[in-house]
Amino acid sequence: MDFTLKIWRQENANAQGSMKEYKVTDIDADTSFLEMLDVLNQQLVDKNEDVISFDNDCREGVCGTCSLYINGEAHGPKKLVTTCQLYMRSFTDGQTIYVEPFRANAFPIVKDLVVDRSAFDRIQQAGGYTSFNTGSAPEANNILIPKEAAAEAFDAAECIGCGACVATCKNSSAMLFVSAKVSQFAYLPQGQVEAAERVMNMVAQMDAEGFGNCTNTGACEVECPKGISLENITRMNREFLKATLVPK
Amino acid sequence: MNKFLSTSIGRKVIMAITGFFLITFLLVHLGINLSLFWGKEAFNGASEFMATNGVIQVMQYVLAAGFIMHILLGIRLELKNRASRSVKYVMNKPSENASLASRNMIITGILVLLFLILHLKDFFVQLKFNAKGGFDTDYDLVTALFKSPLYTALYVLAFVLLGIHLSHGFQSAFQSTGANYNKFKACIKNTGIAFSILIAVGFSSIALYFFFI
Repeated sequence: MDFTLKIWRQENANAQGSMKEYKVTDIDADTSFLEMLDVLNQQLVDKNEDVISFDNDCREGVCGTCSLYINGEAHGPKKLVTTCQLYMRSFTDGQTIYVEPFRANAFPIVKDLVVDRSAFDRIQQAGGYTSFNTGSAPEANNILIPKEAAAEAFDAAECIGCGACVATCKNSSAMLFVSAKVSQFAYLPQGQVEAAERVMNMVAQMDAEGFGNCTNTGACEVECPKGISLENITRMNREFLKATLVPK
Repeated sequence: MNKFLSTSIGRKVIMAITGFFLITFLLVHLGINLSLFWGKEAFNGASEFMATNGVIQVMQYVLAAGFIMHILLGIRLELKNRASRSVKYVMNKPSENASLASRNMIITGILVLLFLILHLKDFFVQLKFNAKGGFDTDYDLVTALFKSPLYTALYVLAFVLLGIHLSHGFQSAFQSTGANYNKFKACIKNTGIAFSILIAVGFSSIALYFFFI
C-alpha cells in the first residue's frame, strides 16, 4: 500500500512547528502504524535527514506510551486500540493521513510528535495511592470484596494513562483519566480511608496542571483505547461532593 | 464554599444546580403560557397571580440570580476551555465522538441569551414598568406581539435553539452532580430529550397559533 503522510514537525518545545509531507510506498497491509513510521524514519536516515520523533514502548497496547492524533482522531480511526495496535489495513491504498501530536497546553510538545505527559504523573502522585504498612503478605481473604466491586475497580484500573481523553476532548479536560484513577480505589474497601483527601488532592492537581473543564460531551469515552466508561466521571463527581459536603 | 467554587468540579456543580433551577422555571413559565389557549380571562388571571403572589415575587430575584450565575459560569467555562489548547489540530473530527448539541452549548446559550434580552424588553418590561405597553390587558399585549412575522419567527427559532441546548444540558446536569447512575442513564437521557421537545414545541406552538389565527 502507498500513503501520503502529513506529519507535524517541530524542532523543540519553543520552535514553530508545521505540517510536512512525506510519501511511503509498498507498505504491507499488516504493518502496524508505528512500524510504518519506522519505515519512513529509515528512509530519512538513508537520506541523512532528521528522523521523526514519536513515543512508543511496549507496542502491544498495554503501556500507554504511544499517542498520535491520526486523521483527526486520538489513536486513529479504529476504536479500542492504541496507535501501536492500529494496522495499515484500516486505511485505504493511496490515502492521505494526517499525523499530529496530542494537543493540550498541559501536554507541551517536546519534539515532533512527542509530548510531555508528566502532568498525569503529578496527578497520580497527589492521591492515586493507598497508604499501609508493607510487611509480610496479608491473608488474601481478610477483606472480602464483592465480585461486582472488584470487576468495576478492575475496569477503572484498565486506564493506561495515554492521554487520548485529553487529546480528544474539545476542552482538553483530564476528567476521564483522573476519574478512572479515583474510581479504581473508590470501589474497594482499601480505598475508603483516604477517599476524601484523594479526590480533593487529585482534582486540585488536575486544575493546577491547566487542563480544561469537563462539559460532558462524552468524546473521551468514545476515543479511549481501553473503553474507560463515563460512569467513572459520574462517580468522581459524587466522591468530590461527598468529600466537600460530608464533614469529617 | 470559596474553595468549592475554585475547583473545576465545584463550578460545574453550580452550573448544574442553576441549570436544574432554570429547567423548573421553564416548566412553570410554559404552564402559564399554555393558559393563553384557554382565552383572555384564563391568561390574565394566571398573569395576575404571577404578578401578585408573594412567593413568586421573592422567587423572581432568585431566578435572576440563577440566570446570571449560569451565564457567567458558562462564559467562564468556555474561556478556560478555549485557553487549554492554544494550538488547534490541523485535522480534527469532533463529530465522530460527540453530539452537535454538546459541542455548541456556548453558541446556543448565547443566542438564547440574546433572545432573552429581547423577550424581557418586549414582555417583562412592558408589563411591569410600562403600563402594559399601552394595551388594555396582558393578553392583548402578548397576542399583539405574535402578529409580527419577524417576532414570531425569532421566537420559534429561539425555542428550537433552547431545545438543542436542553437536550445536552438536562443530562449533563445529572452527570455533573454525580446523579447519572448507570441504572438511570438511559431514562435520564430520554427524559431530557422529551423535555427539550416539550419546551421547544410547547412555546413555539403558542406563538404559531396566535400568529395564524
